[in-house]
Amino acid sequence: MSGLRRLFRNARLIDPESGRDNIGDLIVVDDRIAAIGAKISGDGLGADVEIIDVGGLCLAPGLVDMRVQLREPGAEHIESIESGSRAAAAGGVTTMVALPNTEPPVDDVSVVEFLARRAREVKLAKVHTYAAATKGMEGKELTEIGLLTANGALGFTDGVKAIADALVMRRVLAYARTFDQLVIQHPEEPSLGGAGEVNEGEVATRLGLAGITPAAEVIMVERDLRLVAVTRARYHVAHVSTAAAIDAIRRAKADGLPVTCDTAPPYFALNETAVGDYRTFAKLSPPLRGESDRQAVVAGLADGTIDAIASDHAPWDQDSKRLPFSSASYGIVGLETLLPLSLELHHNLHLSLIDVLRKLTIAPARILGLGVGRLAPGAPADLVIFDPDAKGRIHTDEFRSKSKNAPFDGRPVQGRVERTVVDGRTIFERAA
Amino acid sequence: MDSHAYRHRHLLGIEGLTREDITYVLDRADTYVEMNRQAEKKRSLLRGRTLINCFFENSTRTRTSFEVAGKRLGADVINMAVAVSSMRKGETLIDTAMTLNAMHPDVLVVRHPESGAVQLLSEKVDCAVINAGDGSHEHPTQALLDALTIRRRKGTLGGLTVAICGDVLHSRVARSNIALLNAMGARVRVVAPRTLLPAAVEHLGVEVFHDMAAGLADVDIVMMLRLQSERMHGSFVPSTREYFHFFGLDEDKLKAAKPDALIMHPGPMNRGVEISSTVADDIDRSLIRQQVEMGVAVRMACLEIMAGTLGNNPPIK
Repeated sequence: MSGLRRLFRNARLIDPESGRDNIGDLIVVDDRIAAIGAKISGDGLGADVEIIDVGGLCLAPGLVDMRVQLREPGAEHIESIESGSRAAAAGGVTTMVALPNTEPPVDDVSVVEFLARRAREVKLAKVHTYAAATKGMEGKELTEIGLLTANGALGFTDGVKAIADALVMRRVLAYARTFDQLVIQHPEEPSLGGAGEVNEGEVATRLGLAGITPAAEVIMVERDLRLVAVTRARYHVAHVSTAAAIDAIRRAKADGLPVTCDTAPPYFALNETAVGDYRTFAKLSPPLRGESDRQAVVAGLADGTIDAIASDHAPWDQDSKRLPFSSASYGIVGLETLLPLSLELHHNLHLSLIDVLRKLTIAPARILGLGVGRLAPGAPADLVIFDPDAKGRIHTDEFRSKSKNAPFDGRPVQGRVERTVVDGRTIFERAA
Repeated sequence: MDSHAYRHRHLLGIEGLTREDITYVLDRADTYVEMNRQAEKKRSLLRGRTLINCFFENSTRTRTSFEVAGKRLGADVINMAVAVSSMRKGETLIDTAMTLNAMHPDVLVVRHPESGAVQLLSEKVDCAVINAGDGSHEHPTQALLDALTIRRRKGTLGGLTVAICGDVLHSRVARSNIALLNAMGARVRVVAPRTLLPAAVEHLGVEVFHDMAAGLADVDIVMMLRLQSERMHGSFVPSTREYFHFFGLDEDKLKAAKPDALIMHPGPMNRGVEISSTVADDIDRSLIRQQVEMGVAVRMACLEIMAGTLGNNPPIK
């Protein structure tokens, strides 16, 4: 064997793709996984092999986060590819896909190329991007889906805006299918969601805030599913948050439609009461829902209706959040809390550890058509080593992200990332 | 008279014509090709007959072609651009038909932007009606002239593989050609992005492709369709750049076709959108100019048949 060799010893190897969950060793040569097994002899590896004793902690495929906002280009003071990538590294995320809602938006090949170049320069987590489905994300005219695909765009979405017009959506789906591309929808009927700030219900009423009915989500999802039935395009619903939408997706999957969906930790870790006393850090889109919807999200994750968990990382600076509730921006940072919050599903006995990891690795990788998210010989050496049981608290002031907008400060969690490896390179290691 | 004659009163579409009908028209047209190449092109076959070109939609090529055809056969040809006269004044299509009918024309050549309008008009007049294009429905003389062009070059239509590429959704040329080529035993493919294909198009007897390399593989004929400018910028396809990149015919994409594959386009061409100039102007492979020549011959044959049917045979609908 030639090349740079690393032997990860004594690891609890968890690979959701193969179902592997056992103590063993893993060998990385250069940027690829070379071997994996219960006990691998280091003898044949030569003298200059680096041996890393994992100490029985979990070694899993690096996390694949299919929905982040990195704010570059255009708002680098809020987040940049570099700061976002450092946050990803600290969170065990080795691949992430950015939304196109930058300034300028990713609706042109030149912006896709710019992002690819910036990611190469930063060289931490792997950064991919979606491209806008419509020009300027205005919901009217198709973008150059074919050329954007040829230049690396992984899917098409208008970001945090729904593709509202049914005819435009139909054409986006039909045209995207011509190139076998994924269309990702922000599931909210804008005429119902438009003026709202929080979930419609008692909390909104007590606070005097404009509510968004949970029906706004299922209306958009059901409309889209009818169009998917017509076009047979690959359709993905981002951050589902309501029982009704999850039911609709469950039925569509049973009918064999090419539909997938994800959710984000706030939708299973919190409910609308987190808005509390006008906490703008708990303002996000879609809004935090009622408890029964939160439970439906957990159930959807457990029964497989919800394929993936994404951080929905939405950084905002103080100026965007220290405002009256109605004026504050929507979103929560999530890259550095993705793993510990997702592990709550395991610790609360809703999902097994390997099933939680599946939704963070191979499931999103498959939806995106990426060859990552797996521990297998020949696969990219994108790895996360973590202690699933380590107790601690979330401290937002320790985030690597430039923005600290998360309603989780001080929340006790279990699970801690120890080391993150991308293409064989360690991009994060917890200080001893 | 030949053993088989065209036994329809009108020419509204290719749909409904038999192989024998089509062959008869093409055989008649063949004789006019030679005549049109002579210095003396005038015949008196339709002397005393009146042909009205009734165009509810702008057209230069087709209208001129019918006009030349009519005049060469000795008919009196009147051109009416209805788009800028009675339609503007609010007259209904049926009123226009009645008015024209009262003038006792022998053949009406009608183009209309709405599918089915020519048939509606044909039901209200006593003369023969030739459809010169109705909406996205049919353009039968275009399909016939395409067939004549192919037949003269390849000797036959049966057994050929023909790829029709581009905006099939809005194309009456595509619908007429699909019907004709199928009737004549050719294999027909359509190649287009999904936004430019009508639903259930495969039920028309075509193989559907969304990729030029696959769709053009080993074809004998590549028929390009015109992409109208209002469909290029975002509603059906994102941009002319992307359209040309993936669906425009250039030398590279043409390599998938047979080495002797021929190129056709009904015109007018958008160079750099659906076809590159290099390919369009390739004198060995492009039939685009021949198509225009065959157009006159085919329309002469159609006029002769229509006028003749009226005089000699009881009309059969």
